[in-house]
Amino acid sequence: MSTLLDISHIDMVFETPKGPFTALQGVDLKIAEGEFVSLIGHSGCGKSTVLNIVAGLLQATSGGVILNGKEVSEPGPERAVVFQNHSLLPWLTAYQNVELAVKQVFGRTKSKSEIKEWIEYNLQLVHMDHAMHKRPDEISGGMKQRVGIARALAMQPEILLMDEPFGALDALTRAHMQDSLMEIQQELNNTVIMITHDVDEAVLLSDRIVMMSNGPAATVGEILEINLERPRGRLELAQDPEYTRLRSEVLKFLYEKQRKVESLIKNKDSTVSKRSQQNVAA
Amino acid sequence: MSEASTVGQVESSKQPLLSLLNDLVGKTGFTPKSVFQTFVLPLIGVCAFLLIWSAAAQKIDTSLGKFPGPAVVWEQFGSLYDEHVTEREKAEAFYERQEKRNAARMEKDPDYIPKTRAYTGKETFLDQIGTSLVTVMSGFLLAAMVAIPLGIAIGLNKTLSAAVNPVIQIFKPVSPLAWLPLVTMVVSAVYVSPDPLVAKSFLNSMITVMLCCLWPMVINTSVGVSSLDNDLVNVSRVLKLSAIKHVQKIVLPASVPMIFTGMRLSLGVAWMVLIAAEMLAQNPGLGKFVWDEFQNGSSNSLARIMVAVIVIGVIGFGLDRTMLSIQRYASWDKSKSSH
Repeated sequence: MSTLLDISHIDMVFETPKGPFTALQGVDLKIAEGEFVSLIGHSGCGKSTVLNIVAGLLQATSGGVILNGKEVSEPGPERAVVFQNHSLLPWLTAYQNVELAVKQVFGRTKSKSEIKEWIEYNLQLVHMDHAMHKRPDEISGGMKQRVGIARALAMQPEILLMDEPFGALDALTRAHMQDSLMEIQQELNNTVIMITHDVDEAVLLSDRIVMMSNGPAATVGEILEINLERPRGRLELAQDPEYTRLRSEVLKFLYEKQRKVESLIKNKDSTVSKRSQQNVAA
Repeated sequence: MSEASTVGQVESSKQPLLSLLNDLVGKTGFTPKSVFQTFVLPLIGVCAFLLIWSAAAQKIDTSLGKFPGPAVVWEQFGSLYDEHVTEREKAEAFYERQEKRNAARMEKDPDYIPKTRAYTGKETFLDQIGTSLVTVMSGFLLAAMVAIPLGIAIGLNKTLSAAVNPVIQIFKPVSPLAWLPLVTMVVSAVYVSPDPLVAKSFLNSMITVMLCCLWPMVINTSVGVSSLDNDLVNVSRVLKLSAIKHVQKIVLPASVPMIFTGMRLSLGVAWMVLIAAEMLAQNPGLGKFVWDEFQNGSSNSLARIMVAVIVIGVIGFGLDRTMLSIQRYASWDKSKSSH
């Protein structure tokens, strides 16, 4: 498989009132076409920063991102982002939210009826065709995230970036969304980078899990290949010894090797720098 | 047993009234309690106010006679309207005479170019209301045309915001009446035309209104724009929306609730300031009516001023409600415009 995305030697240093804070150091990652990669790590390890650099929303201090032979320097619809809190425009219906993206990307190449068809197809893909003329405040959190995914898919991105897409959902809805996402992946075979801190989610969905070490100066710790057969079913996998092994590998990394020591009295420095980092990242 | 039957009677006698009310308003959901709260309580409040007013009015003697009570004021409502009707009749009669005269002269001398002159009778109370409303609306709209684009620019551009902020902060607390002399002088110096489109006095009042509308609108718009959710900005960046589309599709709709808050605030202030400006500058309008009546000092004057006070209040309330309705219609965020 050919490399679609090449993240090479990325360093990220944030300027804070207390001096420079190195969030990432020497992050290297190659992602092949059609691959589903999860980034997992403790909160504050810079997962989102990596994603935002790939998206072009942040500029790496040094190093770079190459997508399809071209360097990434600014955001663009070929690297569609599914934001953690859906980020739908609250004054537009689900249909109109997707329409804004589709018109922006295909406004010149598709005819009016093709655009309409394409919007409806994408909403159908995420099972939102029954509520496509509802506004975000009229639908549930899971449905909003479905629309967010439909909007991203509708841009027909070369790579889909998902920033903890199901983090804000309850466990049942999340499981449902994961199944939906696997179904969509089966059909479209997109290249995906997904950030998560849910171990089961990572093992269930990914081809590879990239485990990140703790910050400051976080980097890629270990990479775990997930060679479970697709299509995967969560019930069958629960009894699969390979699944259990992979799961415990990730858990070992997170809770033995990169155990995060969080004292009850929070270290002021780290909270300040984290906050400023989040501000930049947000 | 007898108790139960009376309760039953009360219920059945109330029911048709309630359903009538529900039909009138066009929605269901009026319960006896909500009727009490939305209709009966306000009515009681108004009645109590009228009682206190008339009781207090009898105790106050002024050099122009007793302070007018509700009944006298109500009478003046009628007589002000009658005056308006008579004045209109006079005007019509004047134009009719003029037309006849011109026609007669044209018959005698075909070369005669008829002159038409406008009627120059005194402005009635209703005319003054009209003048004030036109002034406040035009000043308000003019301010909106300047303030909303300016507010958006300030909200989007931190550099501009930092540069403009001190000016806004200093001019915001200045009473627009302080501007009035300056406005008057500048208008009479700059606006020189043999055939003016609008009267200078109108321009003075309008610019004063505009000056006081400007600040709340600029500030609220810029706050609305600058508090735009960062995630939405990121959506716009990922979609590579052009600057114009970014403003049109993201910034403007997102800040509509705040823009309307600013507009409502400034319209309220504008109405108050306009009345004062008209009094101060003797510009036509409700304020001039009040001042003229005060100078007039007839036995009716106080009652007529009281009529003006009530009308000013009712119009102010009406303006606010109108803005609220427009806001509800235009804004996607129904939760922020509920009061």
